Amino acid sequence: MIQVAPLPYYLILSGVLFTIGAIGFLVKKNPLIMFMSVEIMLNSANLAFVAFSRYLNQIDGQVIVFFIMTIAAAEVVVGLAIIVAIFRSRATVDVDEVNALRG
Amino acid sequence: MIGLIFFAIVAVVAIAAAAAVVMLRNPVHCALSLVATLGCVALLFLSLSAEFLAAVQVLVYAGAIMVLFLFVITLLNPLRPETPDRLRNQGVVAGLLALVLLFELWLVIQSGVLAAVPATPPPVADVGNVEALGQALYSAWSVPFEMTSVLLLTAIVGAVVLGRRQTP
Repeated sequence: MIQVAPLPYYLILSGVLFTIGAIGFLVKKNPLIMFMSVEIMLNSANLAFVAFSRYLNQIDGQVIVFFIMTIAAAEVVVGLAIIVAIFRSRATVDVDEVNALRG
Repeated sequence: MIGLIFFAIVAVVAIAAAAAVVMLRNPVHCALSLVATLGCVALLFLSLSAEFLAAVQVLVYAGAIMVLFLFVITLLNPLRPETPDRLRNQGVVAGLLALVLLFELWLVIQSGVLAAVPATPPPVADVGNVEALGQALYSAWSVPFEMTSVLLLTAIVGAVVLGRRQTP
């Protein structure tokens, strides 16, 4: 059987991916790429869940990942529909330009 | 040893592709890099003997969700130069926050909370991964499982309502 890499390696990779996703969400102004960054963050959380599930021999972690994937799909569908609706009404999707609710 | 080399290669590709998602300008290139990241995560799921989730990852994420992304990118064609930042020094602040986040992760790993986790994973059960996941999903987790169906229905209705043309 092929040896599995130690758990901290998976957690470090998960943390680095989460950080990259967080940076992308903070610095980007195209909402599509912000959504992609959110997907990276969700995937890094999934990776940590599956790694713990393997090392603790608990299938529950994988069940939670299944639910996270469902929620990610729902979130992307509604989010992209909102982006298309914004583009229709304002002809831009730049998040700095969409400021009608600004105080 | 083979497992470590495999992990190192996949991890480097995953991080590089994720960085490309953040750094590239063209949204289509970002989407393709994201597919590479998702594929790497699927490979890592395989290395952790979560075969079902690896298959779902490729089908749902790399298949369905990315096609949706590409459709919206082609629909909007948002290839325009980025406007200047409204908040000054946004990138610097984001970098500082990222450093804080990584430092916190390092603290957690150093603090010894992982000592409760065995250093080597237990042997894989004789039951197949799909069977074990199905058993858990339809017994202990059956109520949340049914609730996700309601969630998906809500998402479908929401997308249809939002995507409809506004007719007076």
